[in-house]
Amino acid sequence: MTGPTPAESTPPSLQVSGLAYAYPDGHQALFGVDLTVARGERVALLGPNGAGKTTLVLHLNGILGAGAGSVEVAGLPVAKQNLAEIRRRVGIVFQDPDDQLFMPTVREDVAFGPAAAGLRGAELERRVAAALERVGMAEFADRPPHHLSFGQRRRVAVATVLAMEPEILVLDEPSSNLDPASRRELADILRSLDVTVLMVTHDLPYALELCPRSVVLSGGVIAADGRTQDLLCDEALMREHRLELPFGFDPRSVTAPV
Amino acid sequence: MGAGHAHKLYREGRSPVHALPAQCKIAAVLCFVLVVVSTPREAVWAFGAYAVALAAVAAVARIPAGYVLRRLLIEIPFVAFAVLMPFVADGERVAVLGMELSRPGLWGAWNILAKGTLGVAASVLLASTTELRALLLGLQRLRMPPLLIQIASFMIRYGDVISDEMRRMRIARQSRGFEARGVRHWGVLAKSAGALFIRSYERGERVHLAMVSRGYAGTMPVIDDMTATRAQWLSAAALPLTALVVCLTGWMLI
Repeated sequence: MTGPTPAESTPPSLQVSGLAYAYPDGHQALFGVDLTVARGERVALLGPNGAGKTTLVLHLNGILGAGAGSVEVAGLPVAKQNLAEIRRRVGIVFQDPDDQLFMPTVREDVAFGPAAAGLRGAELERRVAAALERVGMAEFADRPPHHLSFGQRRRVAVATVLAMEPEILVLDEPSSNLDPASRRELADILRSLDVTVLMVTHDLPYALELCPRSVVLSGGVIAADGRTQDLLCDEALMREHRLELPFGFDPRSVTAPV
Repeated sequence: MGAGHAHKLYREGRSPVHALPAQCKIAAVLCFVLVVVSTPREAVWAFGAYAVALAAVAAVARIPAGYVLRRLLIEIPFVAFAVLMPFVADGERVAVLGMELSRPGLWGAWNILAKGTLGVAASVLLASTTELRALLLGLQRLRMPPLLIQIASFMIRYGDVISDEMRRMRIARQSRGFEARGVRHWGVLAKSAGALFIRSYERGERVHLAMVSRGYAGTMPVIDDMTATRAQWLSAAALPLTALVVCLTGWMLI
């Protein structure tokens, strides 16, 4: 189960094996999840409310743990002694940017992660500038986060994580509460990044637009894993897991990215 | 919201006073206030000299007098007590405008009024030339306990978020026909306050989660280290040193 990965040269960005977890109150959220995400892949994690998506995400950087199974990030197991390095490698963008942006200015917020990892001075400034540049927010560096629009805050939240140069970017509902223009801008940014992405979402067209591969998490297990377009076209599967496409959207009608 | 409450006191500018590192200004204001407080109240001219010194600082900082005076109004509730003193204190009586007033009371009132006003004026100058964020960094440099700094900086960041939440809850109440009229409605307001508390508490947990995810391990990393040069410390010291000379002269002349 936890043996070495076959290709030792480039281990997958994420390898989850047999992961099970029950909350302290006895409610079991995960029943043996197996998921491998290769380096550079963009994968959507789909599933109805209460499927255990957030629980899974919190296992990826060791916030939750102590259940059965294992999680490895680029070959490094998520365990107590590696937590600092794991949290540098796994960048989680939470759903509400007001939770993610807790420092008084955008620049300090983006600097928080790398500074916590021990970076200082010119190298820190370079990281911050580069991360803000990649999300197109460089000119907002000295603004307080609460003076930005929601879409801008979400982009800064992505930058706070990019500044840590993560192995894998985990986004929790990245398109929620965004107007269509901000939604498209964020998609352009995500597409331009050269990083592994795991995207938790209910927004199926968004998953189709950005992620060639999707997995469906339902009832605490991976219920399906395949090409996003194939999954969205499988009506029986979609119905079974309470996944619904927006009115008038036909996944067959679009040319999906490869 | 918009500009937010964080900037009400600060006045943008590019003066030498604005440019001084915050820790120098904080230390200067603190020393100035201590010197003013230890001046004998009988040395009336000394307080005039302090006021002139502050006016000089305001001129260098290009803060208009009206701006400082308007912000001085905040001390009114605090000095209201001083106005009562001449009427209620014991001791020798003097006649002022046909009223019998207590002489020690008059001196006491003058003492509070003069020292209080000078202290507030110095703080207003500090606040209008130093950004809130810089003030916190300055306090950090002056070795204020880091936990207090963290609490204060979270207050700055989340003040607007929470007042916004409060405003949304009020609109939701009003949209369902609720108007707070009298004691009978206090229960509803109390429940809203409780709900706001729980929401803020839960937000605190989510923020903590986000911090831990980015490597927070109990201490805030140092991002901006403002260092002050000897020259900056010296120019900040000009105000308290001038005041000290005035104060010592005051004591010698008594």
